[in-house]
Amino acid sequence: MQFDQILQYALSGFSTGAIYALIGIGFSIIYNATGIINFAQGEFVMLGGLLTLTCLDLLQLPLWAAIPCAVAVSTVAGLLFERLAIRPLRQPTPINLVIITIGGSILIRGLAMLLWGKDTHAIPAFSGDDPIAIGGATILPQHLWILAITVVIIAINKFYFYHTISGKAMRACSYNRRAAGLVGIDVRRMVLFSFMISSAMGAVAGIIVAPLTMTAYDVGVMLGLKGFCAAIIGGMSSGIATVVGGLLLGVLESLGAGLISSGYKDAIAFIILLLILFIRPQGLFGKADSERV
Amino acid sequence: MNIRILSFLFAALALLFSTNVFAAAPIKIGALFAVTGPAAFLGEPERNTAKMVVDEINKAGGVKGRKLELISYDTAGDATKAVQLATKLIKDDKVVAIIGPSTTGETMAVIPVVEKEQVPLISCSAGSKITDPVKKWVFKTAQNDSLAVGRIFDYLQKRKQTNVALLTVSDGFGASGREQLKAQASKYGIKIVSDDTYGPKDTDMTAQLTKIRGSQAQAIICWGTNPGPAVIAKNARQLGIKTPLFMSHGVSSKKFIELAGDAAEGIKLPSGKVLVADQLPNSDQQKKSLLSFVKDYQNHYKAEGDHFGGHAWDAVMLIKGAIEKGADSAQSIRDGLEKTRGFAGIGGTFNYSAQDHAGLGKDAFVLVEVKKRDWVVVK
Repeated sequence: MQFDQILQYALSGFSTGAIYALIGIGFSIIYNATGIINFAQGEFVMLGGLLTLTCLDLLQLPLWAAIPCAVAVSTVAGLLFERLAIRPLRQPTPINLVIITIGGSILIRGLAMLLWGKDTHAIPAFSGDDPIAIGGATILPQHLWILAITVVIIAINKFYFYHTISGKAMRACSYNRRAAGLVGIDVRRMVLFSFMISSAMGAVAGIIVAPLTMTAYDVGVMLGLKGFCAAIIGGMSSGIATVVGGLLLGVLESLGAGLISSGYKDAIAFIILLLILFIRPQGLFGKADSERV
Repeated sequence: MNIRILSFLFAALALLFSTNVFAAAPIKIGALFAVTGPAAFLGEPERNTAKMVVDEINKAGGVKGRKLELISYDTAGDATKAVQLATKLIKDDKVVAIIGPSTTGETMAVIPVVEKEQVPLISCSAGSKITDPVKKWVFKTAQNDSLAVGRIFDYLQKRKQTNVALLTVSDGFGASGREQLKAQASKYGIKIVSDDTYGPKDTDMTAQLTKIRGSQAQAIICWGTNPGPAVIAKNARQLGIKTPLFMSHGVSSKKFIELAGDAAEGIKLPSGKVLVADQLPNSDQQKKSLLSFVKDYQNHYKAEGDHFGGHAWDAVMLIKGAIEKGADSAQSIRDGLEKTRGFAGIGGTFNYSAQDHAGLGKDAFVLVEVKKRDWVVVK
């Protein structure tokens, strides 16, 4: 019995952790390209879910068409956000930019509240609700979708950053903006790209979790914070470290809720965040790198 | 010359009319509802209902020839704001009674203000500490949590199911429910074998449910408002938990069935009668009020009236009842309210007295079950 329970906690933790990872990577992509933490990241998660709902209900699209449609609209929203809020800034100091992203997130949330109302909405699961038994534990088909889509997205990310010109250019910006500019990389365009990529990823995360967790105008706040934790644990890397960070966070939360007390579930996430920030600000797996901190 | 007389006559006439209007000045009633923010699911139907009822009363000629005027503010679920707005209603708008606020936290914050200013408050929130101990100027229309808890325990006791697991949300509503569940358990011979909580924004409760599955629970009681309980219903189904699942009256609306889908099937919960108004026997005192409220709400807002709106319906009607008996000031409305007997409203049949400002009995709740995506009364 005890083993069954632990297995169930681990599986539940993995599936929520995968979501945190996906959102966390969105944070780190923007951080690496621009040096800012985009606190509006959670709102794109919310947009993904709610836009899918609109595509399904209002436009009567089938699910396979509604999802790309919602991702596309969210990407445009990310593009507009960068163009209208980030780029025009006169003095783009990090603190100004961070405050702007917080303002932007409140604005997006407010607009979503007006557009979609305050109710919670449900989206149908991609392939049914019948649980799958693994050992003594069970998961839903949707959990497999989440894990699979996360893996695919991370693979695409890896490919993009290491094997394409524009991905390499973006990495160059993350190492040294000035130098990247000097060798002819259009830094501003890279910043724009980074916002588009991370808003698309946020939207995907929002869509694949919506059948399990349901969606509403205010789901972005908590998911965004958890994603941020994952990114911090991963040392703001846009690769596997953040994924591990997300999974770790998910599993610890789930184990903590099951074995210690469910009341401390969120506290566990934030205690980890604080510990990492105090003890290893470069992330759990990062080398000490004074320049980055 | 002619024009001068005409204008004089006109002025005289205008004066006449204005004094006439003055004499029948509307009776001002204040309202504080959390129309936006986390408690919007309470505040919005409450505000809508209060507006609807006041409009209808005025359309029918008001109460004893006096119109009612509803001055409604949005507290956004914020206790500080609620206090400011309550002061504003009393000092600036000079209302004779206040309906609301929507949540227990806000109500507790507003109580000192109305007690000091001596204006009657009819709260639409459920916490039992609002009227326990009795405060001179404070009444409430929402059913006490303890009545809902009693309903569930009653049912379990009859079936000799004594081991229960609790899963409550970590906000005011869940904390109050948890307190009541624990306090009343021994009275019904019930043992709490597992006591867990979840956050209002949590998206996965399989960890808590796995723990409960490993316990000896014969029933799981979950206390929360949407969307948490819908997630729990789905998670319980995923884990293949066969233990009967009970919810609180916090999710007694169609929205819960919509969110939880097939996972809602078989879940039981205590609910105000409004959900199953058409299934009630004709002998039920409340049936007439319930059906008219549901029909009006449908006509006005193209949505189903829920029991949250019902709290506001009851509050307006109680004030109307007091005014009908001749009250028109804060003091006389308060006294009138306290004399209310046998008023069959939406939340139940109200009997206020000097010792009881909540006014409802256990019959305010019925136990309902989800069957084929609809509510059915459990006999």
